[in-house]
Amino acid sequence: MSVASEASMHKPIEGSAKFQLGEFLFKGVLFTAATIVIVTLVAILLILFSAGKGAFEHFGPAFIWLNQWDPVRDLYGALPAIVGTIATSLIAILIAWPIGFGIAYFLTETCPRVLRQPLGIAVELLAAIPSIVYGMWGFFVLAPVLSTTVQPWLTEATMWIPPIGYDFFWFQGAPIGVGLFTAGVVLAIMILPFIAASSRDVLLTTPQLLKDGGYAMGSTRWEVLTNIVIPAVRGSLFGAVFLGLGRALGETMAITFVIGNANRLPDSFFAPSASIASIVANEFPDADQGSLKLAALFALGFILFLVSFFVLAIARLLLRQERMA
Amino acid sequence: MSIAALNPANHLRRRIGDFVMAIVCTAAALIGLVFLAWILWTLIQRGTAGLGLHVFTEQMKTPGQGGGLANAIVGSLIQVGIGTLIGAPLGMAVGIYLSEVGHKGKFASLVRFVNDILLSAPSILVGLFIYQIIVVPMRGFSAIAGGIALALLAMPVIARVTEDILKLVPDAYREGSMALGARDSTTVTRVVVPAAFGGILTGILLAVARISGETAPLIFTSFGNFNWSDSIFSGPMASLPIAIYRLASSPYPEWVDLAWAGALIITFGVLALNIASRVSLALATRGRK
Repeated sequence: MSVASEASMHKPIEGSAKFQLGEFLFKGVLFTAATIVIVTLVAILLILFSAGKGAFEHFGPAFIWLNQWDPVRDLYGALPAIVGTIATSLIAILIAWPIGFGIAYFLTETCPRVLRQPLGIAVELLAAIPSIVYGMWGFFVLAPVLSTTVQPWLTEATMWIPPIGYDFFWFQGAPIGVGLFTAGVVLAIMILPFIAASSRDVLLTTPQLLKDGGYAMGSTRWEVLTNIVIPAVRGSLFGAVFLGLGRALGETMAITFVIGNANRLPDSFFAPSASIASIVANEFPDADQGSLKLAALFALGFILFLVSFFVLAIARLLLRQERMA
Repeated sequence: MSIAALNPANHLRRRIGDFVMAIVCTAAALIGLVFLAWILWTLIQRGTAGLGLHVFTEQMKTPGQGGGLANAIVGSLIQVGIGTLIGAPLGMAVGIYLSEVGHKGKFASLVRFVNDILLSAPSILVGLFIYQIIVVPMRGFSAIAGGIALALLAMPVIARVTEDILKLVPDAYREGSMALGARDSTTVTRVVVPAAFGGILTGILLAVARISGETAPLIFTSFGNFNWSDSIFSGPMASLPIAIYRLASSPYPEWVDLAWAGALIITFGVLALNIASRVSLALATRGRK
């Protein structure tokens, strides 16, 4: 790959200033574009912080763990939104991880060869459906189905689990359809293609020779997977999950439709709640320029940015590690 | 792997275990397909009810007066157009830099890493960012702000695909060009990029598909509008995703029907773009890997 740059070093210098200037401009333009990528990331971070500074100054660092969101009395805190964001993302991961990994194993090992590409594309098309469409489908179609089937069943099945903490009743809330649980399920469907596709790519990086060794010893496909493939690529498989988590944390429109938009701590998984992204999208139109509320929304955005940055950075490092090996 | 596992006496048990896991994983794939089919079926069923020629020819109107989505569709085309016009050259330049100039250097690795993060970063934050640096100084929502937000979302997609595609161009092409005495800029613009142009174009199509459905960043930038806009530089402009959002959250059944029609249009548009770009990518890279 480095042929171009090495060759240019040894090339006889062609005297004309025009030649030098042309090459300089060409590389300069490309370099500037590459710099814009980094500038964008840093600028987003700085702008979100500076626009949200008002909220951090007013409430102090306690903004992060204050359990309040009361626009009437101008009191804001991030705790309900953070809890909602983490809870929905974790539900999504718990559902999408095993299914996504199953799809990856299916597509790499057990699926008939001719079907691999079309089925792989079909699963990836789930990622192409716009978030807003997931929101509408979740609200109008999935939520009513869940509220009459899965939710009552879960309530029945988990009756024996005692409430914890500040009276969190697990699955004992009213099955109204919208809430943390439905938001988690919709998110799970949305991140499924990301987890499935990157897990599949990871599984495909295992050297065939290693697998053939296992088969030569008489192992079954599942034994080769659990004893040879997974130990070889474990880090990258976690990378695929973190990638899905990073997607889930910042998902906005779908969540806004199905989470119920209640800015308080949920008392069960069926309770209406809010996530950082859903609060920002919902309350922005009512936030005046220069108000404390707008600053609080930006502060929420800043927190979301930091969290997603770290999750996505971990994902990329884990996924890259394996690519180098 | 323990020796006991390979004991022939356990042969049947192990074969059954393997078979069961194969079934379970097939079921996982079926779950994914079922949801895809379920969503598409819902869209066809509910979307066709509100669909008609009026959707494409009339603007949005107050409930009870009918109306369509023409202003939203045109608004989306304008903003996605702006996003592509800015995002495509930028993304291509980044991809070319990573593949042809930066290679595995420290700076290029950093750019690659940051680009991958931007690729999956929450799009709502890009909206907040553009609101603060463009909407506030310009004193109002505008189509150009929406377009720039979409450009920032298109850039990392195009950069990634461009780099991946350029890496598939055989080094012999570059060496041949060098041997003829071509400068680096000539090698890149006349030999390497043309050889990969089909692939780069599909990357741009993928990016267009992605930004066409983006809703969250537009809330803070072009805001949405029930009427036609007369300028791209000032005043809010309608877009299909925002129109769907507002109509679907309304209490009027007529509006919800229109929202479903809009969702049908946008989803099938995006899926068509996606499939088209995948097919052409497969054709463009055939025999290169």
